[in-house]
Amino acid sequence: MTATVQTLEVMERPPISMGSRLEGELLEVSMGPQHPSTHGVFRMNVALEGEIVRKLKPVFGYLHRNHEKIGENTSYLGSMPYTDRLDYFCSMTNNWAYALSVEKLAGIEVPERAEFLRIILAELTRLQNHASLLGFLLNDMGAWGTPLMYAFREREKILDLFESLSGSRMMCDYMRFGGCRVDAGPEWLAHAKKIVDVFPCFVDELEQLVVGNEVVIARTQNVGNLSPELAMSAGITGPMLRACGVNYDVRKVDGYGFYPRFKFRIPLGEHGDTYDRLMMRVLEMRESVGILKQAFEQIPAGPIINPKVKLRAFRPPVGEAYGRIEAPKGELGFYLISDGGPNPYRYRVRPPSFINLTVLEDLCLGHTVADVMVILGSIDIVMGEVDR
Amino acid sequence: MIGTGILKGMAVTARNFVGSYFDKERLVTVQYPEERNPLPENYRNFPFLIYDGEDSHAGLRCVACKICEKECPPQCIYIVKSEDKKPDYMGKPQFYPKVFDIDISVCMSCQICVEVCPFEAIKMDKDFELSSRERFNHLLLDKDQLAKSNAYYHKIHPIEAASVDKNLADAVAAAEAKKKAAAEAAAKAAAAANAHQHLPAPQHCEPATKATTESTSAPTNASPIPNASSNDGTSAAR
Repeated sequence: MTATVQTLEVMERPPISMGSRLEGELLEVSMGPQHPSTHGVFRMNVALEGEIVRKLKPVFGYLHRNHEKIGENTSYLGSMPYTDRLDYFCSMTNNWAYALSVEKLAGIEVPERAEFLRIILAELTRLQNHASLLGFLLNDMGAWGTPLMYAFREREKILDLFESLSGSRMMCDYMRFGGCRVDAGPEWLAHAKKIVDVFPCFVDELEQLVVGNEVVIARTQNVGNLSPELAMSAGITGPMLRACGVNYDVRKVDGYGFYPRFKFRIPLGEHGDTYDRLMMRVLEMRESVGILKQAFEQIPAGPIINPKVKLRAFRPPVGEAYGRIEAPKGELGFYLISDGGPNPYRYRVRPPSFINLTVLEDLCLGHTVADVMVILGSIDIVMGEVDR
Repeated sequence: MIGTGILKGMAVTARNFVGSYFDKERLVTVQYPEERNPLPENYRNFPFLIYDGEDSHAGLRCVACKICEKECPPQCIYIVKSEDKKPDYMGKPQFYPKVFDIDISVCMSCQICVEVCPFEAIKMDKDFELSSRERFNHLLLDKDQLAKSNAYYHKIHPIEAASVDKNLADAVAAAEAKKKAAAEAAAKAAAAANAHQHLPAPQHCEPATKATTESTSAPTNASPIPNASSNDGTSAAR
């Protein structure tokens, strides 16, 4: 963190008033991009009065990799491994969102077993994303390492599942248009079921660690309040929107995949502060465990990929499609325009964490600089997705 | 009472700390260079080329069709096709790669080259300890470094390799059966022609080669398989 005092001519400096309150000028602090609490290469130019935030300007683009332009210059299949690198915590949901939009574009049917596998993997992704997010958030509050390591212990079990299925822990590249790449054997499903069955123990442990902890309450309650009006007009989605009490979940609204066949509830917050956002993740993990248990019971046998879809020389018809899913961080959408060629004419990503980040200044104004870290942590950003 | 929440949290950490002395499950750290977790069957890292038998040149399955080069998203594969031909595993003369380079510092382990290969010639390796002290070119692997034996493939991916071998053996058997049938038909036709008048027809060569080309494609489920040795085949992959 580097601090630079706004340069003022010595002559112009206002006289120090001897009243009860010292008059000072704003201190401009550049936080990041190499600061550990900014979750990657993210920078904030913060203007401080004392330690109260008066202005905040997010600066990003340090991790820009031309994702969308690359998507327009590579084949439809070739973009699939690149989507892993968007939100590298949740490659499975990124794959699904991209596959969904291409399937919409080309009118591809997905076999039943593949839909179930997709739901299982998406909900496992949600579990590990929320678990690690909570770890990071507590880390930002100063609980050095311990909750993060507990969260990563659980995350590692799920990543091991991903590895044994897809071959890679994080860059899964698992889904294909019209299904999935590898079938999950009965041992894999049994192993996954075992992990999901004991996952609530971890959630309980985390709740004991966090809920009622005076430090967490002092640091999070009434910090970074987001009003539902602002959230809706800014296009905020995901747990951050639901923490304000707005009932909007793409799983329910769109009913993509086989989600309408599952029974689950949408947890809603009340105040829209950091504490609600934190607890929203805990509650969502419990709902995800419920969805997973239903999926393990109902998963049918059968093919996992639509045999009609060509792997090479795949050319969807002329048209456009927007496929969106409820990724762990919010609504993740891919907008594709096809001109009938092997590459998309336009390839656009609607990244949830980028759009959720736009209200950062509104959340931080009037809070201390230490709260900025906590608020940023509760937004749940991944720079791979923000910058693309 | 203030402080009870913190004490509850401390109890959790204490339970984890003490538990790690009694419960094996809680000891999650693996002391890496000494201890290693076994890699799962599906684990993938970087691609390599398979050869059958002992000789990495004669047994190389790759026919330099360049499909993987075209489909590779980060374009890390570079192939130069040979001018001459060598027999493939079915004895059919095929081109082979004169140069086959993979820059594994660019490769992103997406496995698309493996999925599109119609000849089961490129597979994913499991070797992940690839750091080097060299600064340049050390991660640019050439054909000799990439070529690994089928036995090695069996060692790292036993289930997958067995099914690939079965498919290839089936293809060879099917090809031979077709060849035999074609040869018999040709012989019969020749005999019939001979009975009518002369016309000694060595024509049976042509249907036989056709049969082998078809059956090469049989083991894979990739859609239309081009005749890899011809130029129209490679352009169809675009």
